[in-house]
Parts: sequence; C-alpha cells; structure tokens
Amino acid sequence: MAYTEEELKKELETKEYEYGFYTDIESDTFPKGLNEEVVIALSKKKEEPEWMTLWRLEAFKIWKEMTEPEWANIHYQKPDFQDISYYSAPNKKPKYESLDEVDPELLDTFKRLGISLDEQKKLAGVAVDIVMDSVSVATTFKKTLAEKGIIFCSISEAIKEHPELVKKYIGSVVPKKDNFYAALNSAVFSDGSFCYIPKGVRCPMELSTYFRINQAGTGQFERTLVIADKGSYVSYLEGCTAPSRDENQLHAAVVELIALDDAEIKYSTVQNWFPGNKEGKGGVYNFVTKRGLCERNAKISWTQVETGSAITWKYPSCILKGDNSIGEFYSIAVTNNFQQADTGTKMVHLGKNTKSTIISKGISAGKSQNSYRGLVQVNSRADNARNFSQCDSLLMGNECGAHTFPYIEAKNKSAQIEHEATTSKIGEDQIFYCNQRGIDTEKAIALIVNGFSKEVLNKLPMEFAVEAQKLLEISLEGSVG
Amino acid sequence: MLKIKDLHARVEDKEILKGINLEVKPGEVHAIMGPNGSGKSTLASVIAGKEDFEITKGTILFEGEELDEVAPEERAHKGIFLSFQYPVEIPGVSVTNFMKTAINESRKAHGKEDMPASKMLKLIREKSELLDIDRKFLSRSLNEGFSGGEKKRNEIFQMAMLEPKLAILDETDSGLDIDALRIVANGVNKLKSKDNAVILITHYQRLLEYIIPDFVHVIHDGKIVKSGTKELALELEEKGYDWLKKEPVV
Repeated sequence: MAYTEEELKKELETKEYEYGFYTDIESDTFPKGLNEEVVIALSKKKEEPEWMTLWRLEAFKIWKEMTEPEWANIHYQKPDFQDISYYSAPNKKPKYESLDEVDPELLDTFKRLGISLDEQKKLAGVAVDIVMDSVSVATTFKKTLAEKGIIFCSISEAIKEHPELVKKYIGSVVPKKDNFYAALNSAVFSDGSFCYIPKGVRCPMELSTYFRINQAGTGQFERTLVIADKGSYVSYLEGCTAPSRDENQLHAAVVELIALDDAEIKYSTVQNWFPGNKEGKGGVYNFVTKRGLCERNAKISWTQVETGSAITWKYPSCILKGDNSIGEFYSIAVTNNFQQADTGTKMVHLGKNTKSTIISKGISAGKSQNSYRGLVQVNSRADNARNFSQCDSLLMGNECGAHTFPYIEAKNKSAQIEHEATTSKIGEDQIFYCNQRGIDTEKAIALIVNGFSKEVLNKLPMEFAVEAQKLLEISLEGSVG
Repeated sequence: MLKIKDLHARVEDKEILKGINLEVKPGEVHAIMGPNGSGKSTLASVIAGKEDFEITKGTILFEGEELDEVAPEERAHKGIFLSFQYPVEIPGVSVTNFMKTAINESRKAHGKEDMPASKMLKLIREKSELLDIDRKFLSRSLNEGFSGGEKKRNEIFQMAMLEPKLAILDETDSGLDIDALRIVANGVNKLKSKDNAVILITHYQRLLEYIIPDFVHVIHDGKIVKSGTKELALELEEKGYDWLKKEPVV
C-alpha cells in the first residue's frame, strides 16, 4: 500500500545525511579561545598589512561590547565563543598548478560530493575557487579572467595584492558594528572570496565557490567581497556542503556586494550544510550577513536555495541607494526534522524610482520551524519607489510551522508596496492523485515541491538549478504525513 | 478483467460498501448509477486503492490478481485509471510535465527506458487533437484555474495518454455543458477497444446517450440492487430511484 504515518516516520529516521563524512587532512589549528592576541596572531598568520590588523582589532573591540541578538524566531544553545578555534588551514598550503598536485584525500572528498574538479573544469565556463576550511586550495580559470581585468581570488590574497580596493570597500556595506555576528566576522574572518569586475566588462563565465566546513570545532568566518564597477556584469554562484558533526558548528559569514552605476550582480546560493540528525542534535549554525549596495541604475539579485543548517539566520538585503536601482530576492528555504530557519530580506529604498521584488518560498516538514522575515523600507526622498513581495509557505505534516513577519516602513507617499502571502499544505488528495497516475509518493512530493518552487528555481543558472532540484528532493525524502 | 466479490468497505467506523459483486470483461462498458451517498464514488476509490477506505470483507481481482495489498501507483502501472470527480490542482506543474512523469514512472515499473522526447511530443499531439484540446492548455499548471469542463477534459486527455486497460470515470459528466459532454464522450468512444473496459459512474442517464453501456447497475446503500441493459437507465430516468429502494434485493 502507499504510505502510513508510521512508515514515513521510520523511513525518515533511516535517512542519513548524504554528505556526512569527515576528511582527515592534517591541519594547522589555533588553540581554542578568543582575545586580542588571537586576533593579532590570526592577522600575522595571514601575513596581513598593519591596516588590516588594526581594522580587525577595532572590530573585536566593538564585538566585545555587543550582545547576541535574540529577536529571531529561533531557539538554540548559544555558542561558547571561547570554545572555538579561530584558525584552521589545510597544511599543504601552496597553490596548485594542476589537480595532480592536490591532496588526493581532498579530491576524494569532492568526488564523494559529486563535484569532481575535473567535471567542474569541463563544465562550460565555470571557474571554481574552492574554499576547504579557510584557505583557498585551488583556483582555476584565473587566466581567462585576468585577460579581461577581472580579479577573482581569495580575500587574503586580495588584501595583499589589491589593498586599495579592499581598503575602500570592505565594511562599506556591512559595517563592523552592524550586528553581533558581523562584528565577530570582521575581527576573525579567516578567508573568503574577492571579486572585482572592471568598468564595462561583462564577466564571461559564472563565478563559483564551494565552501565546506571541515575541521572539528572550528567556526568558519568567511568574508566575501564582490565589486562590480560601472556598467559591468557578474553572476556569482556559491554552494556549500559540510560533513556530519556531533557538536554544533558556527558559521558567521559576511558577504558584501557593491554594484556601481549601471552595474549588475547576480548572486546565487545553494546551501546544504549538515542540518543535524533526526533528534535535532548537531548541525551547523548559520548566522550570515549578506548585503548589497546599488548605485545609480544598478541591479542586485539574490537567489538562494537553503536546505541545510540546524539554524539559519540570514537576510540577504539590498540598499537601493542610487536612483532607478533594482533589488531582487528569490528564495527557497526548506526545513525538515528539527531545523529552524528565520530568513528573508531587507529592501531599503533610498533613491528615486527604485524597484524591489521579493519572492520567498518556505517549505516546512518534520518538526521544523520556518519563518520569513522581511523589511521593505521606503525613505522620504525615495519618490516613486515600488515593491512587490510574495511569500508562499508549504507545509508537510502536522508538526511543522510556517511564520511570516513582513515589516513595511514607507515614509514617502508615492510609494507602491504590494504584499501577497499564501500558505498551503501538501494534501493526501494531491498525493493520491499522483499515485493513481502511477507516480509513487516520493516522486509525487518532489513533483509538488518543484512546482511550488518553480518561480525561484527558474532564476538559478542552469547547472545550479539541476543541483538545487536534486537537493530539494533529498532534503524532503519521506516527509509527508 | 475485473472481478469484485462480496466487497465490504468502510471509512473510519462507517460501513459504505456492503457486499458488491461485479464482473467486467474486456471490451465492455458498465454504467453504475445510484442516488447520492449510495457508495458509487467509494467503489471507484476502493478499486483505485485509496487508503482512507478499509476493506473488511471480500476481494477485488484484476486480471486474476488480488489487489488488496497492491499500492495505488502499482495498480496504475497495471492499467487501472480513475478519472476523478474532483481533480486536484498542482500549482507549478504543467499538464505536459505531469504526463511525462506519469508515463515514465509507469515505463520504469515495466523495466522500460524513458519515452524519447520526440515520441512523447508526437503522442501529446495525437491525443490532444483527438480530444480537441488547445496545445496552450498543456503548458498550464495542472488543473489550476481550470474550469469544471477543462478539468474533466484534462482527465480524459490523461486517460488517452496512459491508455489504461480499465478506465473508471467518476461522474465525469457532472459540471459539463452539452458541448463539453459531447467532446468527452466522443473521446471515450474513440479510445474504446475490444481489449479495454470502461466503468461509468453517473447520476444521470444523459451521458449514456453518448456512451452506450453494455450493462447498467444500480447501487443503493452499498449494494448493487439491480442490473440490466441500457433500458434500465431509461427506466430510472423516468421513475427515479425510489421504486428500487423499496424493492427487495435481487
């Protein structure tokens, strides 16, 4: 027969995290704890210039004065910041010219993830900058990019090679004092990616980074900075998976995007970090600050598919500073078992004729809680600002929750703001209808979920969309009650 | 093809089917009629394998095999099709995509490869022409915003695509205007062959003017109280159901 509640529960229990394995690579790890000395040592370890060290110290000072925010609709054991090691790097540090030189164990890890470098290289026009723990170990396609004047490297390298750009823009969109986790990140960020597209250049390929948390007990503090100079275009892809862990892993990244006049940045994320086991134990804490700044006629699109992490706290936002600038946010957030997500966006309209679109799809299963939190803010000078928001929630079973917290602040009478929201449940009738047509329950759920998420999946670059679709299926296997 | 013996079924504590006996052979068209709440739709759901119903007694044999432990999707793979009285909406999933998935899942169950795209397109073209369906309709989300008539026509289109051995049409005529009814009936007639069978579940004699049944059965209170030929349907039209309710069970 088809399925019963009991059978489904059993099935769910036997489902182990697909990418739950641990790579044994020797690393150079700092002892646990955080103080000024650790910040200085970290900066020194990374051979940073003095201005960077001072910048970090200032951030650390700010962070010490701050307290962890509690307003999000999430419940968790707060991390002990003295029980985390703030630096961990694979030992074999030198950059490799070819794959043959890369640690075979690392390559094996990627193979098990189904993202072999070989394949990635062959994939039409995808340059991959892999972040394994904290230090970049491989960068490809650099040459092609260099010919166009595009800089795509690790942030550590950028600090050394392009200090003028980093100095000018780092912290310009997400200031050190922005929030507790942004301050922490500013003090101790280990590595991340840097990208600069020169004036009028259209980046010829999708830029992509695979992040991966690997070392026991090391928090990851990624820092990403993308600068699209006037009239340029770039599409940036970010995807993540992490090995299974018993203790909670903290991840507090900061991503800053700067789109100068007439520039466009498309930033896509597929996130699949360890969500914790079926009892809700373990899993990644994902406290991320992502924000983009649009100058005149510029456009920033955030597209994200979030299936992982025990706790997600993330609001990719757009500051629409320039006149006629556009901000977009397309999101699918899936929560299963005991996962909690409080995610959404902020669209801040400062310039005239600014436009923003928000499409958020939340899918909750198991005993998970999924919240959308969004702010649409129209400044008094932002004449003719327009926003359209649509928040749809899909529930699976009777033990999960979906919540929507839309905030609207309009200080200009010419603003047009629309908000639509729906909540639906995958019904037994829908499942039976599919069953009757010869489609089994697993496949039926995948079909229904994909249909529900279509508007957002369509916004992803092709190869990413396929991966995302697969992820949705894996994350929700056997979760209808 | 289908043999139902002394079938009793209930939902929760309520017994709905109280001893149904029915045999359907290849090439036959059976009409099942009866007043509201007599158990017509329940019978259709039980044959299709809906979980809400519990079979308490009796058996359903399909091509000699007992269906009791067979999952609904497997029954579909064996060639049982149910045209729903109230087809559900699946937002974001196009009719084409849904059909592609259904056909390939069925093929997979029979150890076959996916149907090549060109063949699929040809099949879609052929069947949509047969049922006078606009191709634009096929790219719309399944049943979302469809009118009553469109939903029913879509059910028959799916039946045409899946080419079942046994098609059960549950009140396919309800909510159809006369033109739509004619198109649907026409489609069913064109798909009829000596190898497949149709069970029509209906309130009214109207549909039976277009699809001529070989047998007509009347269900009342969970039992077939009278069986006959198409003349029985006419008699029902004239007299209503009340006279049968009073008659002793045959």
